[in-house]
Amino acid sequence: MRAELIADVVAEFKAYGRIVIVGASLAGLRAAETLRDEGFTGPLTIIGDEKQEPYDRPPLSKQVLKGLARADHTLLPRMRKVDADWRLGVAATGLDRRVKQVRLADGEQVPFDRLLIATGTRSRPWFNPQEAALEGVFTLRTADDAGRLRAALAAGPGRVLIVGAGFIGSEMASVCRELGLAVTVAERAEGPLVGALGGVIGDIAAEMQRDHGVDLRTGVSVEALEGDAQGHVRRARLSDGTTLDVDVVVASLGSIRNTEWLEGAGLASGRWGVACDAGCRVFDINGVVTDSIFVAGDIARAPHVLYDYQFLVQEHWDNADVGGRVAAHNMVSLEPQRRPHLPLPAFWSGQFGVNIKGVGVGPFADEIVITQGSVTDRRFAAAYGRNGRIVAAVTFNHGKWLEYYGALIERSAPFPPPPPGYDHPDGMQPMPARFPTPGAPTGWPDVVLTGHDPTERGAEYEYRTKKR
Amino acid sequence: MRMVVDLNRCQGYAQCVPLAPEVLHLHGEEALMYDPNPDDSLRQHVLRAAASCPVQAIVVDRLDEIGKSS
Repeated sequence: MRAELIADVVAEFKAYGRIVIVGASLAGLRAAETLRDEGFTGPLTIIGDEKQEPYDRPPLSKQVLKGLARADHTLLPRMRKVDADWRLGVAATGLDRRVKQVRLADGEQVPFDRLLIATGTRSRPWFNPQEAALEGVFTLRTADDAGRLRAALAAGPGRVLIVGAGFIGSEMASVCRELGLAVTVAERAEGPLVGALGGVIGDIAAEMQRDHGVDLRTGVSVEALEGDAQGHVRRARLSDGTTLDVDVVVASLGSIRNTEWLEGAGLASGRWGVACDAGCRVFDINGVVTDSIFVAGDIARAPHVLYDYQFLVQEHWDNADVGGRVAAHNMVSLEPQRRPHLPLPAFWSGQFGVNIKGVGVGPFADEIVITQGSVTDRRFAAAYGRNGRIVAAVTFNHGKWLEYYGALIERSAPFPPPPPGYDHPDGMQPMPARFPTPGAPTGWPDVVLTGHDPTERGAEYEYRTKKR
Repeated sequence: MRMVVDLNRCQGYAQCVPLAPEVLHLHGEEALMYDPNPDDSLRQHVLRAAASCPVQAIVVDRLDEIGKSS
């Protein structure tokens, strides 16, 4: 066979192939720009269920809620023209791999040669649909959500109830206090942020909330919401028997991955996302890697070398930003040029005037040690360990040191790590990090290790009944 | 104009703040807050702020070069 045969095929694909991207947010946009950067000139279709062109979500729970930026003013900066056929405001509802077509909600079928799945997540709705429909009950994921919630906060409600004290819930509580609003945060676990950062950090986050005047209730769930005659929420009933008078309720219960549209397509997809290899190529239900379907962003789950090769799914900004670019590069590259997408998870969260940043996978750890600074000053760094190795780190107003810990995590350095700097706290004894046991009632963290199975559906086994 | 700051990358050096104080400010000691959609008249200020960032965390659109996006 001629060595250049495959190269010719790829060159022809870059000139004339058809690429469809499903999902028009950060991952989808950066993928589209990368495809054009790398010389793909064929027809490109971008499908998104929201009407807006791609926009940035992190400001929604901060600048937008506070009133510093309008909800429709977070459109993502464009790095280049993408010359795409944009299908915005219409969801993808199905995938037929035999004829290589994406089915849209309006009945249209869009053919592709290569497909990128980047449908992300949506917010988990309030569990009771009648209560969810009450005026004054919100979730926060989209720009529209943020616009509505901002208007409700600007109207000066008597008390805001936030259900769920993950990062977004805590950021919203912070904004409410900055706006001078009375706010109650109800969390089922022992403290805020415990799903992602464990109970030791959760205690610090709880103190921070209470110092800023948040009425924080932990270990309780909200069992019911009650409305007035006009259908506006007015009261919440908590599992400890208390009731609260509230005018705004925000359900901050984490997210649901948008993978339902892939049902029946035979891909390794499910509630944890879409399984792929380290190069963003999607697995089918048998664990066979597809060659024409790629995935990026919040729903991509790939085995990670640093975490026992468990499939890691991460709802982080840079995972969408970089993952979209790598997937696009691999879609139009020959095998030797393909790149892995194996990021060290990284996040930030601004709340109560403190910059919280982290790297690695905290919930993989069982121990934590405060390595630098002062917890009482809320300016410190902490490292997480498992089996004598450092696997994650978090900083409160100490972000400049995070890179040091990131480099240790990348080479699985010993835990506890030698602390840099001079501001070492006394003692520095590792202690249990107090992550909730699996199945305990709290929100799932943004980064989840989802085991070793490419799919939750099981495979189609081939029994040895045939003659060889 | 459109901008984002990659806040994973941002180290809170705050070099950018005095160059575009209408757009960028610190919230607390090191959390950067910014207007994601500054007025076009501030483009030169924002470009200078972006250029001043030691870790190059500020991403500004190139709509002036590429025209209206498509």
